[in-house]
Amino acid sequence: MSTTRKFKIWRGDAQGGDFKEFDVDVDPGMVVLDVLHRVQARQANDLAIRWNCKAGKCGSCSMEINGRPRLSCMTRMNVFGPDETITVQPLKAFPVIKDLVTDVSWNYRQNKRIRPLKPKPRDADGEHRMYQEDVDRVQEFRKCIECYLCQDTCHVLRDRGGQDRFVGPRFMIRLASLEMHPLDADDRIPEIRKEFGSGMCNITRCCTEVCPEHINITDNAIIPLKERVVDRYFDPIVYLGQKLFGISKRR
Amino acid sequence: MSLDISELKTIETDITVIGAGGAGLRAAIESSAQGLKTVVLSKSLLGKAHTVMAEGGMAAAMGNVDKRDNWKVHFRDTMRGGKFLNLWRMAELHAKQAPARVKELEEWGAVFDRTKEGLISQRNFGGHRYPRLAHVGDRTGLELIRTLQDHGVHQGIDFLMECTALRLLKDGERVAGVLAYYRETGRFVLIRSRAVILATGGAGKAWRVTSNSWEYTGDGTYLAYEAGAELMDLEFTQFHPTGMVWPLSVRGILVTEGVRGDGGILLNKDGKRFMFDYVPERFAAETADTVDEATRWLNGDKNARRPPELLTRDVVARSIRAEIKAGRGSPHGGAFLDIASRRPADFIKRRLPGMYHQFKELAEVDITKEPMEVGPTLHYFMGGVRVDADTQMTRVPGLFACGECGAGMHGANRLGGNSLSDLIVFGTLAGKGAADYARSLGASPRADDEQIKVAIRGATEILNRESGENPYLLHEKLQDVMEEGVGIVRAEDELKQGIRGIEELGERAKNMKAAGTSQYNPGWHEALSMRSLLVTAEAVARSALMRQESRGAHTRLDYEGERDEWVKYNIVCRKSPDGHMECEKVLRPPAAPYLEEIANSKIEDLESGKVGAAAPND
Ligand SMILES: Cc1cc2nc3c(=O)[nH]c(=O)nc-3n(C[C@H](O)[C@H](O)[C@H](O)COP(=O)(O)OP(=O)(O)OC[C@H]3O[C@@H](n4cnc5c(N)ncnc54)[C@H](O)[C@@H]3O)c2cc1C
Ligand code: SF4
Ligand code: SF4
Ligand code: FES
Repeated sequence: MSTTRKFKIWRGDAQGGDFKEFDVDVDPGMVVLDVLHRVQARQANDLAIRWNCKAGKCGSCSMEINGRPRLSCMTRMNVFGPDETITVQPLKAFPVIKDLVTDVSWNYRQNKRIRPLKPKPRDADGEHRMYQEDVDRVQEFRKCIECYLCQDTCHVLRDRGGQDRFVGPRFMIRLASLEMHPLDADDRIPEIRKEFGSGMCNITRCCTEVCPEHINITDNAIIPLKERVVDRYFDPIVYLGQKLFGISKRR
Repeated sequence: MSLDISELKTIETDITVIGAGGAGLRAAIESSAQGLKTVVLSKSLLGKAHTVMAEGGMAAAMGNVDKRDNWKVHFRDTMRGGKFLNLWRMAELHAKQAPARVKELEEWGAVFDRTKEGLISQRNFGGHRYPRLAHVGDRTGLELIRTLQDHGVHQGIDFLMECTALRLLKDGERVAGVLAYYRETGRFVLIRSRAVILATGGAGKAWRVTSNSWEYTGDGTYLAYEAGAELMDLEFTQFHPTGMVWPLSVRGILVTEGVRGDGGILLNKDGKRFMFDYVPERFAAETADTVDEATRWLNGDKNARRPPELLTRDVVARSIRAEIKAGRGSPHGGAFLDIASRRPADFIKRRLPGMYHQFKELAEVDITKEPMEVGPTLHYFMGGVRVDADTQMTRVPGLFACGECGAGMHGANRLGGNSLSDLIVFGTLAGKGAADYARSLGASPRADDEQIKVAIRGATEILNRESGENPYLLHEKLQDVMEEGVGIVRAEDELKQGIRGIEELGERAKNMKAAGTSQYNPGWHEALSMRSLLVTAEAVARSALMRQESRGAHTRLDYEGERDEWVKYNIVCRKSPDGHMECEKVLRPPAAPYLEEIANSKIEDLESGKVGAAAPND
């Protein structure tokens, strides 16, 4: 029981491009990535798409679908109305390479700026002991599949100037996962404030809304980091945030 | 077109690793730690390799949950699971070294689930006698790859992302480098290297129903084959018993064995728990024979035997297939996998969050309330490039292979969780082996320009041709051929038909055409991958035809059961001087006597120390 659906797909490269229309047969149960593959095999062999797992696990297939940043492999066709045209375009926060593929290397550069774990010594019997309740939070952050949907949504990064001053939500949770890691012996607070720009985030929570892993980026990572910064430096913005939004302090 | 090789972008290095999954990253970390200049290539972005999908865990006999576990029991389980065809030495090295490799990941930031005592928790899995799999919920592969990635980027390794290897270059017999191309620009890059490590994974994309990602096109087996190395055990392709079957567009996506490890049971359409009917003799003594005993095991009774759902994958996959064939399948042609009636909803959501999410999003099934529908899906290549057990070197000097693209560790059937541990154990050994080799070389080998030109022409002709075959449609045809001729059960006529089909497609593939330019062109990439797929598929079909018995993942309708004669041989394929694929039975290396004794022992004798007490522990 397949139906014919209208797709508008952005085609082009760094020099520019525009939307091309395609009529595609869609079978029940299909996700947007399946439809794009069908276009690729039958109508546009060189349509550039990035994907790997088609199971929501690798974070490669990010794009903007009807204006919303999404994983195309986890977006089922039945979330759209029966006659809705589906518009697909590359992430806006990063430069286009071709069609739906963007250059996300900026993110890899940010990641490399973060110093790795500095482990405390092992116990006398050669083991590292950590308790589940102490790692639950860190594990939440480590669910991240680096799809960069949050980066794409964050207005600080979308305005390209911001990319010099803020690492973005993805790397705030990575910093949080180290800062809250029971084995980490490093002090990361000064650079979280200065180099990584924790003060740039104004807690709009847009990143949290798009995260396909449902990581509570803002409340569980960014706000606690801001609080740790405040504890040390008395950052007035968060102080205000605490007053205005009644965000309580977690120990 | 005239080509000037001196104008190509050229990189000079000691070690080149092709592949950035668990095996490739671990190998690169090792060779770099040994002080050698190391370059890593991957078809995808860093952190996206197939390893990221692994769910259930990595096996290592740390004994954190059950103190009775140790390397000997792990080794014995691995050999039995592999139906005694594993390379003895590899299974030994793996069982002995896995615990140290897993613990080392903690130093690099990995955060595994914990036991009450604060140690790394371990879960049950098929074929493993004790809870043995270190895990993080059902996303263990992500934890492994992110840990290696975040550690690796600080080790001075050079990463070339979205850069695909096209051909291995040689200087006489020795390896001398790699020709590759950047997908982003379509430009070629010449990497001159003293040693090359293949870590490219498997080739599941030759089949339609598979758990594998697009990367799994057998590039490593193809590159090695063309360079004169040997392929081994290709007939052993693992069909995982539980892939999704519905909706059609997600058919094949994996449902982790962790569901059964955590208590899930298999039912047919009549609600019968059918696995009790399919227990093979070899495992009968160690498997529960009543529902009552299986339930006691689930509730932690250490004297109860394991439920039959946790038999090895080959057995479970064939049993599900048999139920479907007999007309007792689920509505969409699978079996029911039920955990909803066995465990409370919050337990399921905590232990199997990925599965909960996957079924909810893709199939609109709530696994805490309803059973899943599952069926066999092509999952893993036990076979691959033939290597030396201790150094991971192939018969081509300077060429190494590790991880899923290597062969020998898993024999005729891999146990779940033994792959992630394989990656870190043999990745490390390959990194060390390559470093030792590179250091021992005198002057750097140097490939002549002609080889490089041939490789470049071979790639660009696909773009330059006026018209030709659509690579995507050829790939779909190959998937038809493999599903029909080289599936989960096999027979001579179908296999011969399969080989003919592959040969025909091979002819047509000589005339493939990719439209568009060389810049980020998936059609071109698809055409290049077809060459790897075809060679790998042919090796699977030919080896499967040659092995006249049923063993592990290789099932022949016309040769039922294991034949004693055949346990003596591996099947090896190589490129003959006239360019054809030749396959041969080769005698396996003998086992060290203590290993043979442990593998064949009764479990009570091994645990009481009556057997294996004198075996060396390092
Ligand atoms: C859904 C799923 C779940 C699994 N769960 C488990 C589990 O719980 N436990 C377990 O032990 N095993 C599991 N496995 C198996 C295990 O994940 C794989 O066998 C293992 O990750 C393979 O790792 P690798 O390092 O060999 O290769 P991969 O991780 O596949 O990496 C291959 C690399 O090679 C690169 N590459 C390939 N060809 C080229 C080329 N021509 N040029 C450049 N680069 C190239 C790719 O880009 C990639 O970086 C699972 C597999 C799947 C599919
Ligand atoms: S909450 Fe902060 S990080 Fe998240 S989108 Fe808003 S500004 Fe960006
Ligand atoms: S935090 Fe969420 S949205 Fe951001 S990169 Fe990670 S998985 Fe994607
Ligand atoms: S393809 Fe991996 S997340 Fe979509």
